[in-house]
Amino acid sequence: MVILRTEELTYQYSIGTPFEKTAVDHVNLEIEEGTFVGVIGSTGSGKSTLMQHFNGLLKPTSGHIYIKDKDIWSDKNNLRDLRFQVGLVFQYPEYQLFEETVYRDIAFGPLNMGLTENEVRERVYEAAAFVKLTEEQLEKSPFSLSGGQKRRAAIAGVMAMCPSVLILDEPTAGLDPMGREEILAEIKNYHKKTGCTVMLVSHSMEDVSRYADKLLVMNKGKMFCYDDTKEVFKRAEELQKMGLAVPEVTRICIELKNRGIPLDDSIYTVDEAVKQILEFYKSKNGGEVLC
Amino acid sequence: MLKDITIGQYFPGNSFLHRLDPRFKIVMTLMYIVMLFMGNEIYSLIFGMVYCATAFFLSKLPIKLFGKNIKPLLPILLMTAILDIIFIREGTVYFQLGIFKLTEDGVFTAVRMIVRIIFLIIGSSLLTYTTSPIQLTDAIERLLSPLKKLHFPVHSFAMMMTIALRFIPTLMDETDKIIAAQKARGAGFDSPKLKDKAKALVPVLIPLFVSSFRRAEELATAMECRCYRGDVGRTKMKIMKAGMNDIISFIFTLIMLCAAITVVVLF
Ligand SMILES: Nc1ncnc2c1ncn2[C@@H]1O[C@H](COP(=O)(O)OP(=O)(O)O)[C@@H](O)[C@H]1O
Ligand SMILES: [Mg+2]
Repeated sequence: MVILRTEELTYQYSIGTPFEKTAVDHVNLEIEEGTFVGVIGSTGSGKSTLMQHFNGLLKPTSGHIYIKDKDIWSDKNNLRDLRFQVGLVFQYPEYQLFEETVYRDIAFGPLNMGLTENEVRERVYEAAAFVKLTEEQLEKSPFSLSGGQKRRAAIAGVMAMCPSVLILDEPTAGLDPMGREEILAEIKNYHKKTGCTVMLVSHSMEDVSRYADKLLVMNKGKMFCYDDTKEVFKRAEELQKMGLAVPEVTRICIELKNRGIPLDDSIYTVDEAVKQILEFYKSKNGGEVLC
Repeated sequence: MLKDITIGQYFPGNSFLHRLDPRFKIVMTLMYIVMLFMGNEIYSLIFGMVYCATAFFLSKLPIKLFGKNIKPLLPILLMTAILDIIFIREGTVYFQLGIFKLTEDGVFTAVRMIVRIIFLIIGSSLLTYTTSPIQLTDAIERLLSPLKKLHFPVHSFAMMMTIALRFIPTLMDETDKIIAAQKARGAGFDSPKLKDKAKALVPVLIPLFVSSFRRAEELATAMECRCYRGDVGRTKMKIMKAGMNDIISFIFTLIMLCAAITVVVLF
């Protein structure tokens, strides 16, 4: 089932001033339920702007957005319900923590949904488990946590609303490689366990490519392509021209291919690269691998 | 939403008014305010109005800009005008209905007040529209510098103002972002009930305070790292020098002010 669809979606900032800027330009998109979508594009390509349309925070200048086949702007009174259906985690979400304890901050969304206390508690513990926050940490002030833990608490605050679509805007920005890995793995795990649709925004292909089923590539406000991760990587050289850093291993493979080693043209994991290079040498040396 | 506020904003340009020495502009604005608030007769307002119109003409700014400033104040202006009309009961009675009396004094007071406030806003907006915040605080520092003899921390005061002005847009951006983030979690900004609206402020104000303190600390550290230590031994990149235009404008202002005083005293 198609859960999210856009039709000629366009958004302009500061209309009628000298600062007018088309941030999203006639985007047509269809996302199947349960897909893990990676959204990539260089800084300023309109990723954040596009994401803020999906839960009705921004109203399109023209065009339509359908969630579960319903135009979200057809009835304004449903916007609040929509925000519980489409959970959006902003960039640097730790700056929006405000409650006395982490528990209460995570509970903010579910409480706004009007759930009972028991349901709220269940949701909070479930969400905290996804991001690996301990019960002891739940009782602490959010301001006493480390940067990575704050970020995780904020993500849990949106996960606790159990949205059908979870959108995360650059959830790994400004974290160390370890923290980045952990958060991405937790999001992947959340996707696997709940089966909901996840959209992960990033300007790093490296982060996104390993987890996403499909990639949405934005370029200067336009949708460059939306396709299976493997297919998108076939156009790695075009992506590089757009200023996107393709993973190191993809760059190496493109280079090797240019020098005559017949590798597949969409390699983005080290394992895959190793496998294909080994195969090449095996066939060359008559099935024997030295070293 | 918050971006629509234009009070205190600066519109870069190169008009006569833009080029005037900011020190003179501040002093002349003060003189203009005195002009505006002198005398109790309607005609005593004319000097201020003419002066303001001249300055506006010299600023080459679109008149729309000022309308935007005054619009949000209209309800307050109307309220006070109505109160004036109801509670001032002296003077010739135009019209009476029960205990309600429409009197000459009441109407005059109301009109005078509205005109004064509108012109006060336009005049002071003209100052900020045509003077960058940096110039403005620099000028204030210089105007207040005699107070240094009395150990008043003029430089720190000006620096505080510069920083505050510098961070207004940053904080507005941040407020917009936090509001959007809390809305995404279902915060009830859209609820029509006043109580819900007040409650919805907490999730915005607390993160805003926290980040302001964080920014303040970072800025203080950055300043210290560059060996900032107040105004002792500090020189200026741009030295302000009064030119012919400044002196002419000042004399014109002075004449207008004297004329206004004369008229008020004589008649
Ligand atoms: N609040 C805003 N006002 C005006 N222009 C904006 C605003 N937010 C973003 N933009 C502009 O819209 C474009 C897309 O921005 P954004 O969606 O944040 O890109 P990304 O998230 O891909 O970095 C950029 O050119 C940016 O300058
Ligand atoms: Mg962004």
